[in-house]
Amino acid sequence: MTELVPSPVEPKAIGTALPRVDGVEKVTGRAAYAVEHPVDRPLFAWLVTSTVARGRVVAVDRSEALAHPGVVSVVDHTDAPRLAQTDNGELAILQDDAVGFRGQIVAVVLAESSEAAREGARLVRVEQEAEPFEAELREDNASYRPEKVNPAMETDTDQGDVDTALGTATTVLEQTYRTPYEHNNPLEPHATTAWWSEEDGRERLTLFDSSQGVHGVATALAPMLGIDREQIRVMAPFVGGGFGSKGEAHAHVMAAALAARTTGGRPVRLAVTRQQMFSLTGYRTATISKFRLGTDDDGRLTAIEHRVQEQTSRLREFAEQTASPTRMMYAAPNRRTSHRLAVLDVAVPSWMRAPGEMPGMFAHEVAMDELAEACGLDPVELRRRNDPDVDPEEGLPFDRRGLVECLDRGAERFGWASRPRAPRSTADGEWWVGTGVASATYPAMRQPGNVARVESTDTGFAVSIGAVDIGTGARTALTQIAADALGVGTDDIDLRLGDTALPMASVAGGSSGTSSWGSAIVAAAQQFLADHGDRPDPGLWTEASALRGDEADRFSFHSFGAVFAEVHVHRYTGELRVPRMLGVYSVGRVVNPTTARSQLVGGLVMGMSAALFEESVRDPRFGHVVTQDLATYHVAAHADVAGIEAEWLDESTTTFTPMGSRGIGEIGIVGTAAAVANAAYHATGVRVRDLPLTADAFLE
Amino acid sequence: METTIELTVDGERRSLTVDTRTTLLDALRERLGNTSPKKGCDHGQCGSCTVLLDGRRHLTCLALALSYDGAEITTAAGLARDGLHPVQQAFLDHDGYQCGYCTPGQVCSAVGMLDEAAGGVPSHVTDDLAVPTTLEDLDDGEIRERMSGNLCRCGAYPGILAAVREVAGA
Repeated sequence: MTELVPSPVEPKAIGTALPRVDGVEKVTGRAAYAVEHPVDRPLFAWLVTSTVARGRVVAVDRSEALAHPGVVSVVDHTDAPRLAQTDNGELAILQDDAVGFRGQIVAVVLAESSEAAREGARLVRVEQEAEPFEAELREDNASYRPEKVNPAMETDTDQGDVDTALGTATTVLEQTYRTPYEHNNPLEPHATTAWWSEEDGRERLTLFDSSQGVHGVATALAPMLGIDREQIRVMAPFVGGGFGSKGEAHAHVMAAALAARTTGGRPVRLAVTRQQMFSLTGYRTATISKFRLGTDDDGRLTAIEHRVQEQTSRLREFAEQTASPTRMMYAAPNRRTSHRLAVLDVAVPSWMRAPGEMPGMFAHEVAMDELAEACGLDPVELRRRNDPDVDPEEGLPFDRRGLVECLDRGAERFGWASRPRAPRSTADGEWWVGTGVASATYPAMRQPGNVARVESTDTGFAVSIGAVDIGTGARTALTQIAADALGVGTDDIDLRLGDTALPMASVAGGSSGTSSWGSAIVAAAQQFLADHGDRPDPGLWTEASALRGDEADRFSFHSFGAVFAEVHVHRYTGELRVPRMLGVYSVGRVVNPTTARSQLVGGLVMGMSAALFEESVRDPRFGHVVTQDLATYHVAAHADVAGIEAEWLDESTTTFTPMGSRGIGEIGIVGTAAAVANAAYHATGVRVRDLPLTADAFLE
Repeated sequence: METTIELTVDGERRSLTVDTRTTLLDALRERLGNTSPKKGCDHGQCGSCTVLLDGRRHLTCLALALSYDGAEITTAAGLARDGLHPVQQAFLDHDGYQCGYCTPGQVCSAVGMLDEAAGGVPSHVTDDLAVPTTLEDLDDGEIRERMSGNLCRCGAYPGILAAVREVAGA
């Protein structure tokens, strides 16, 4: 394997609207997801979960379950295979009698049919001893200071003297903003097919898993199961969305692996139910953001303070980096950010699309809207005045700081100039009409450790990397990148991914996929051409990894965007509608305009959905989310989505990746809820600082 | 308790044994190996399991298989038996999907919905319930309303709308 700094790629296929290479399989339903692969004599697994938030499993009575026709076995903590490592409190299930949250896996039922497994799970009697617990995030209990926040950021920052600057500021805004618990809810519930076999005298575990990172799953499971990484094969040819919740293996994957170890080789199919997803597969913490902003006479920020309170689980720490965008978004000489957590006896939170940026920028961008009004400035103008020359946190120049261009272009396209300044100025029949704007940002990330393989074949090139296309269009975009890097057409590329048998790849997350995997593919392609020439015989191959130069020491790399929304609020019912949204983005070169537009529009839809609907309600008396289905946890439906458009600046950033791209998966959700909230304020004069914006807030 | 039923699935007559508790969705997926209809919620809330049942769109997760002995079912896979259905082609052309999991259900729902609209069936947003609808009445609001039983978490709704609009106008 060679390591090299790849050269920029001349775009030919890159930038064209190549239709998804896996589209026919998807529109016909022939694409096979995690529990849809034909396997020999599968056993169906059903999870039994705890009903106390903290305590002990005193006894598991399996007799009724085992007497039910079709039930084969029940695995619980008394007889589940032992794990070699148990430090990951989320994954170390069925090892002892401790219960860490309501909804935790306490037994697995295996049966010949899913009907028998489900009934068997109902018939397992789990006697539990309840212990005192805490499951409510409050301002007075979120005081724990984590060592770092996700993924490895400083917990607190402090530049200059915020208190003195606020004391002398012309305008001061001090407000608190809240975002609720949110669940990713990909349409494909988390699911795993697992079986153990023996090969060359060694145990082997094979998984079809609905995962954003097959290599990450193998790396997490292997040491816990006491086997080498090479003894696990994880495949994910198709994944029905993830939005972060499939970024890491959750407990059900371990449940399938453990249960399958007891069946003498029979495969186990385990599909998490939609209801169980609300306790087992990750979620976004609720957040409390306390903002203090101070400006001078011209509306230039002199101080920014963002103090965050949120929660984690006692079982495993996850600290959302909610204040991270505040550290680089606007210029100000004095700035302080902090994160404090409530450590609760609850399900383990994790990544959800744009962790940190999504809740943090909701708070920051509503605060900026309030500040604009307090300063008597147009909200676009306020943001323009506070656009920094260099990254305020790093002190480095931005490789590209496209925010003001996005704002200007969006304002022009959206018709911002004709907007009346005062709120509650426009009515259309029984509806108040308003418009709002918010900025968006997301860091550009390239993950290390990606390896690609290029092999000449009879028909062109097989290009392999163990990445996953969770619906992003990666399979298509990487085909285009490979074609250009090898100087051939996309028809000549056979792109292979979704399998740990293929070279190492990082997770599909943090908008880093195309940048990370694509750079490795370019490196492998360029090394292949150097090794074998451009007219190679079939059967030659090269594996390579992309090194980075010193660009990260010279530049700060971020994407930016501006979101404009029109909101109608019904005068008598408070109903909100969003008939029009526009996002304009600076994201580097777009590899495929079709799939990129779908990613950005999809992010805008999810941000709008968060603005209007999404809220997981946890009952602190019992410790679980009670809105645990799609009838009570609302996500945007067809009828909610009208007139959403996304576009981007024509640019390329080859200092960051050889393709010139920077990543697009998350930024569409960032700032969107703020734009909607700001537009709702402009429509009605009612300022809502808590998501979601429900009708009751607007009733007169 | 088990019982034997017959279903015609994607043009093929199949005899199968089902548990009295088996849903039509699980009968298709787990007993017949047809995984074109997807399980997104198992509670009739997401629409991923939509098929055409005796010609009309139907949620298979809320249907017990034994109640449908003799039924004729077309899944998205079956719609493509003689080449892609125009709705499927339109989904490809307008990128009306991302992860693909809700897509077979969206496709079946769109095919069924177009038939309903052409056959005069009104929706919640139809102005005049007394006048039977035609395909010409399918403006964007009608399409969005009529497709709202099928959730797409990737947010591909604008592409789905464009796809359905194109087929409706063809």
